[in-house]
Amino acid sequence: MHYLPNILFAVLLIIGIGFFAKNVKKLIRNIRLGKTVDRSDNSSLRLKNMINIALGQSKMVKRPVSGFLHVIVYVGFIIINIEVLEIIIDGLFGTHRIFSSLAGFYGFLIGTFEILAFLVLVSVIVFWIRRMILRIPRFWNKEMKGFPKNDALYILYFEMVLMSLFLVMNATDTHFQQANSGNLISQFIAPLFNGFNAETLHIIERGAWWIHIVGILVFLNYLYYSKHLHILLAFPNTYFANINPYGKFSNLKSVTDEVKMMLDPSIDPYAIPVESDTPVDTVPDKFGAEDIFDLDWVQLMNAYTCTECGRCTSVCPANITGKELSPRAIMMKTRDRIEEVGKNIDKNGKFVADENNLFTTISNEELWACTSCNACVEECPINIDPLSIIMDMRRFLVMEKSAAPQELNAMMANIENNGAPWQYNQLDRLNWIEE
Amino acid sequence: MNVPIMADMMALDKQPEILFWVGCAGSFDDRAKKITRAFVKILNSANVNFAVLGVEESCSGDHAKRAGNEFLFQMQAITNIEVLNAYNIKKIVTTSPHSYNTLKNEYPELGGQYEVVHHTEYLKTLIDEGRITINKEKYAGKRITFHDPCYLGRANNVYEAPRFLIKELGVNLIEMKRNRSNALCCGAGGAQMFKEPEKGTKDINVERTEDALKVNPEIIATGCPFCNTMMTDGLKSKEKEDVIEVLDVVELIANAQGL
Repeated sequence: MHYLPNILFAVLLIIGIGFFAKNVKKLIRNIRLGKTVDRSDNSSLRLKNMINIALGQSKMVKRPVSGFLHVIVYVGFIIINIEVLEIIIDGLFGTHRIFSSLAGFYGFLIGTFEILAFLVLVSVIVFWIRRMILRIPRFWNKEMKGFPKNDALYILYFEMVLMSLFLVMNATDTHFQQANSGNLISQFIAPLFNGFNAETLHIIERGAWWIHIVGILVFLNYLYYSKHLHILLAFPNTYFANINPYGKFSNLKSVTDEVKMMLDPSIDPYAIPVESDTPVDTVPDKFGAEDIFDLDWVQLMNAYTCTECGRCTSVCPANITGKELSPRAIMMKTRDRIEEVGKNIDKNGKFVADENNLFTTISNEELWACTSCNACVEECPINIDPLSIIMDMRRFLVMEKSAAPQELNAMMANIENNGAPWQYNQLDRLNWIEE
Repeated sequence: MNVPIMADMMALDKQPEILFWVGCAGSFDDRAKKITRAFVKILNSANVNFAVLGVEESCSGDHAKRAGNEFLFQMQAITNIEVLNAYNIKKIVTTSPHSYNTLKNEYPELGGQYEVVHHTEYLKTLIDEGRITINKEKYAGKRITFHDPCYLGRANNVYEAPRFLIKELGVNLIEMKRNRSNALCCGAGGAQMFKEPEKGTKDINVERTEDALKVNPEIIATGCPFCNTMMTDGLKSKEKEDVIEVLDVVELIANAQGL
């Protein structure tokens, strides 16, 4: 009976981590549904970007208030995790505050944790106020209804509860309070429990301890379903992000081959195709993206990484002027579709064609409102590229569906016929000299 | 105005220092043609050995690409590259950030490797090399704001060259609240220039013009023929076109020089 708590703890830990591992596997499987794209070049620059942008939060602090608060929560999250290590050891081996043998240094550690926990608590409350009282517009766009809105709030509540539990746990730990080392914040909470007998205090302390660790395990498993996945994916996402100038859009290789053939006078259009290594029944690459399979894996990772902060949407010229387009919604809808496909695979063992694709939720109107200005790409604190998805979907509309807006068809016909987007004669190209 | 044509130069077995890529707007749009002429006047005054392709130039394909028509873009690109490579072109200067971006970033993979610079970068080089000296009298003390073209700024990180030129004029350069990497698009990019905007509450160029009006400028400077059109239209919608001018940076310089 003596070992019961240890066994219970070990079981909870195994279930928590095991379930998380299962979801990570699923996550990787889903991201791999995307097409290959080579991002193995320039690893030193990539590493530098990851260190600056993900670890160093360099783009986050461009908006000083939310950036600063985010840094506090982030630093708190990382450092307080050292405490989780102690909790795990204590839980598994039935010890109590195993690191306390470090004496003075332990006091310093816990003191730091307490201050951070307090700062995190305050920051998270400010975050909540920004969302719910100040109602900052980017949190209230139309895509932020239902789960996306609640998701953000759940995370804030989670953090509030976890931090409070940590402080209460310390406040009700009589020995810890008596040692009076490192109880920088909890000493002010302890008086709230004056008059409780030792037994009750112990129960509260144990209760806080258990709920704290169980809460952490639940939170860990909530990540996969939440926008909060960015705490993990921000790192690979910034590493594998596009490092070319933003203006450089990919040249479709499949198109290059065909164009070269069309422009090469030595090629006989009626020639029998040369035998190639590719099997006859392979489906040729689609032009542009109709579904998530036509996007590359970095674009799919982008979708899972998006934390729906809406900075992209708040700088999007189309969105600012009331158009349907919201770059954040593009990322959210892409993720929803990946999840839908993932569930389809879970159920059927492999993907069984359904009636849906990216166009089920992303409208042509959204896609055509984009000015390709790259403001969203520049703004994203973790280098997500909504523009690349918009462009790939436009390519599908134009090249596979011939579904460009009428005016653009006219513009393109002009380029084809007279080498300019307007109807001017190519031979008049030098008229400006005489005017 | 002396405008050497590449084919003629080739016939004389001469090679220009730079090829001036005029672009479709610069060739055909009435407003943009003035920008083209201003740039050529400066090239002439600085005795730059340049050439244009003339009737052999064709659309860079940028707008087709942003509209999603990769086929048409690559047809245009590969045709242009054949011409440029046949003339053994090494360095291209262009007054359109759209041509600039696509020639610089998207042509290389298709076989077109050139040094591509925007005219504001090139003008800065001419000043640095002492080939032109800016006359500061004309615009001294004027309130001028600069609108960053997306395809020059965010797309290629060129923010300082146009500002350097404007400051050289001895003017009072005032920044809009959204500037450099935070600048708001004029609304023309991504092939929007050629279509009506989607349903919304406001036109993007009006929103951007309001940014400019807030700093109360006498002149709105820019470095892109499409931004020029959008900002001019924005001023018209605010009935300010008679009090505020929209000028390309190169026009400011040509005017200052009395060209």
